[in-house]
Amino acid sequence: MGRYVARRLLQMIPVFIGTTLLIFLMVYTLPGDPVRGLFGDKGADPATLAAMRHQLGLDQPILVQYWDYMKGILFHFDFGNQIASGRPVTDVLGDAFPVTLELAGIAFVIEIVLGVGLGMIAGLRAGKLTDNIVLIVTLLIISMPVFVIGFLIKSVFAFQLGWIEPNVSNNATLGELFTPGIVLGSLSLAYVARLTRTTMAENLRADYMRTAIAKGLPKRRIVGVHLMRNSLIPVVTFLGTDLGALMGGAVVTEGLFNVKGIGGTIFDSIVRREGTTLVGLVTILVLVYLVMSLIVDLLYAVLDPRIRYA
Amino acid sequence: MRGAKSAKWVAGAAIIALAATACGGNDDDSAKSGGSAKGAVDPNGIFSIEVGEPQNPLQPANTMESNGSIVTDAIFSQLVDYDPTGKLEMVNAESVDTTDSKLWTVKLKAGWKFHDGTPVTAESYVKAWNWAANITNAQTNASWFSDIKGYADVHPDGDGAKPKADAMSGLKVVDDTTFTIELNSALPYFSYKLGYTVFSPLPESFYADPKAAGEKPVGNGAYKFVSWDHKKQIKVVRNDDYKGPDKAKNGGVIFKNYTTLETAYEDLKSGNVDVLRQLAPKDLPVYKADLGDRAVDQAYSAIQTLGVAFYSPTFKGVDPKVIQGLSMAIDRNTITKTVLQGTREPATGWVAKGVLGYQDNVAGDVTTYNPTKAKALIKEGGGVPGNKVFIQFNADGGHKEWVEAVCNSIKQATGVECVGDSKTDFQADLNARDAKEVKSFYRSGWVLDYPVNANFISDLFKTGAAGNQGGFSNPALDKEIKAADSAASLDESVKAYQQIEKELVNYMPTIPLWYYKVNAGYSEKVQNVQYAQDGDPILTGVEVKK
Repeated sequence: MGRYVARRLLQMIPVFIGTTLLIFLMVYTLPGDPVRGLFGDKGADPATLAAMRHQLGLDQPILVQYWDYMKGILFHFDFGNQIASGRPVTDVLGDAFPVTLELAGIAFVIEIVLGVGLGMIAGLRAGKLTDNIVLIVTLLIISMPVFVIGFLIKSVFAFQLGWIEPNVSNNATLGELFTPGIVLGSLSLAYVARLTRTTMAENLRADYMRTAIAKGLPKRRIVGVHLMRNSLIPVVTFLGTDLGALMGGAVVTEGLFNVKGIGGTIFDSIVRREGTTLVGLVTILVLVYLVMSLIVDLLYAVLDPRIRYA
Repeated sequence: MRGAKSAKWVAGAAIIALAATACGGNDDDSAKSGGSAKGAVDPNGIFSIEVGEPQNPLQPANTMESNGSIVTDAIFSQLVDYDPTGKLEMVNAESVDTTDSKLWTVKLKAGWKFHDGTPVTAESYVKAWNWAANITNAQTNASWFSDIKGYADVHPDGDGAKPKADAMSGLKVVDDTTFTIELNSALPYFSYKLGYTVFSPLPESFYADPKAAGEKPVGNGAYKFVSWDHKKQIKVVRNDDYKGPDKAKNGGVIFKNYTTLETAYEDLKSGNVDVLRQLAPKDLPVYKADLGDRAVDQAYSAIQTLGVAFYSPTFKGVDPKVIQGLSMAIDRNTITKTVLQGTREPATGWVAKGVLGYQDNVAGDVTTYNPTKAKALIKEGGGVPGNKVFIQFNADGGHKEWVEAVCNSIKQATGVECVGDSKTDFQADLNARDAKEVKSFYRSGWVLDYPVNANFISDLFKTGAAGNQGGFSNPALDKEIKAADSAASLDESVKAYQQIEKELVNYMPTIPLWYYKVNAGYSEKVQNVQYAQDGDPILTGVEVKK
């Protein structure tokens, strides 16, 4: 187990270097220059352009820039400064990450509670009316784009009924983040529900289930321990990678509800060719993915003792 | 307030061709009256306004885009400002005098203080300008000082060149409240330039740590900086010691950051933000019905044009008649009414409205839709090579719809094939312009920097001017611009530029399309919300109701 974890952690290093380098090169090859972009239609004076580029180290070859940047991250935990504002990228990340983490967390909890719950209900009553209702509802959610769902929720609950504020204020309290959390989590919720339903319906027919019932075990134990534990493996796999996706994919939801999180920052950084900010953001997202997939893999052993790690 | 609005245009000037729904509500221009119901006013009331996160630190010489300049302009006052008709008025200056338009003497009003309590002196100006012009400080707006004698010493041209001096020789402090500016050559409208943010004074504390000062600016303006919660809001409060003519009628301003214009409009309707600068295309058909007399629909001094790439295969050595013809093939009236939903007004010249020297209908026939004449002119001029033109635009700015409409108009009127050449975003668009890769036309625009017609001519059409990205060059015109710049008085200079604008028809350096309008609104909490020539609300005039 310990060796497995160590090996996995070591594997993260090349993945980390590879992804950051890729992002760096991708931003670099995009047409458009972040410094020139500051001047817009008014045109730029070449001497100032050159001076600014020099100060930012943008006149260096790309690999030298990458090396300098990674050196800063690895040895000083310094993600560099934003080109336009001159703010340290760590500050930018520090502003944006907590909000998105909160939002993703809310979405994640909703997704687990509602998704697994609905999936269980449907799975246990496979083929019955409840099952069909859940299937239809989840199909609806899956087929609707996020901004449609968001727009619908907003226009019904904020504008027609007036129950909620349409947008998240600057404080971004938990209560305010609840609505965008539902919207963000809705798509994955539908997937989780369907995944849970299918595996449960399948496992219900498994031999060990028949045995458990024949042994005369109480129903709670049959469903809770025997059925759930076995059915959750694919769901946990999905949930693990989904947290990363929730954080990175919040662009639309955040824009819709005026949440100042990672989504908007990523978008801004691409538009403004802010390579350093982008790499910083993606680095952390990559780390989230890597850690989550490690946790998922370790959870397998908990759920199914037959799985062992050498 | 008078900044390059490129960033705003990218983010905001998105106009999508929705079906032209009839707008309900009343259409009269409420901006002038500032709303009908005048309530009791709370002089200390604080209101909020939608503003994006400034791109740059809040240093006056480094702030070019609109999100930053509206804040720096609240915190810093300059020597002069303009009234809505474009007339110069003194702010921090007692007087700005010259006899030969070359040597200017500035006298400051006594008793002005920075927000940290230190006095505003002649030195505060001279030192700030020298710092901003110095190449080692790499300020985006440095080129504004290029008129001043000795600029080349502090801001040499070559790549990586070091400054030869610390200060411009043209700036001299006479005493605490007087300094002189000597220019390289006469410039009758130089005093108008002095209203631009870049000419702000800086307190002594700035130089200790310019970067920190950009995060927490100390100015001399009508508002004092309080806090900047990045990506969320910036707060300023009224400066009670302010001596300028534009003392704030409110207690302060909160510049709120929104992710999209749509969310800002929703918050306006639910009372969470008070003033907007712009609306999203989605809300344009309904905003007048929603807001009633709080809806703003007002012209401001900006123009959109089709830039002509004179180096391109299409237009290299072109007869201006061809461009005239193409211009006449554009049905501006219909496009502004339908595709642009009345948010623009057909342009009839190169200088925008509200600017000193604006002339109505100066381009004459050339901006009127006339397919027969258009075809004839193009034929006379030798036709368009390949019988095909391209219009380059940035796909992230919402320009696609009108570009297509313009193209259709050209195609139908003249039979010349016209295709939109879409670049992924503004950065890529600029890249192609700088690399001289534009195939024929490119989308271009200009918001005033100072309300004199020279700003729309000299800064755009002079050979080698920074705003002249199409490579237009005409020695005869350059000569006339030079003559207009060295005219004996402002009036004569403006007149000379008016004459030049009349002649532009013969050269067609760009095709004028339409003037911009402010389409915005404000909440029930505020009144007397007016918008200046640059399209930004006049913050100091806003009154918060009790």
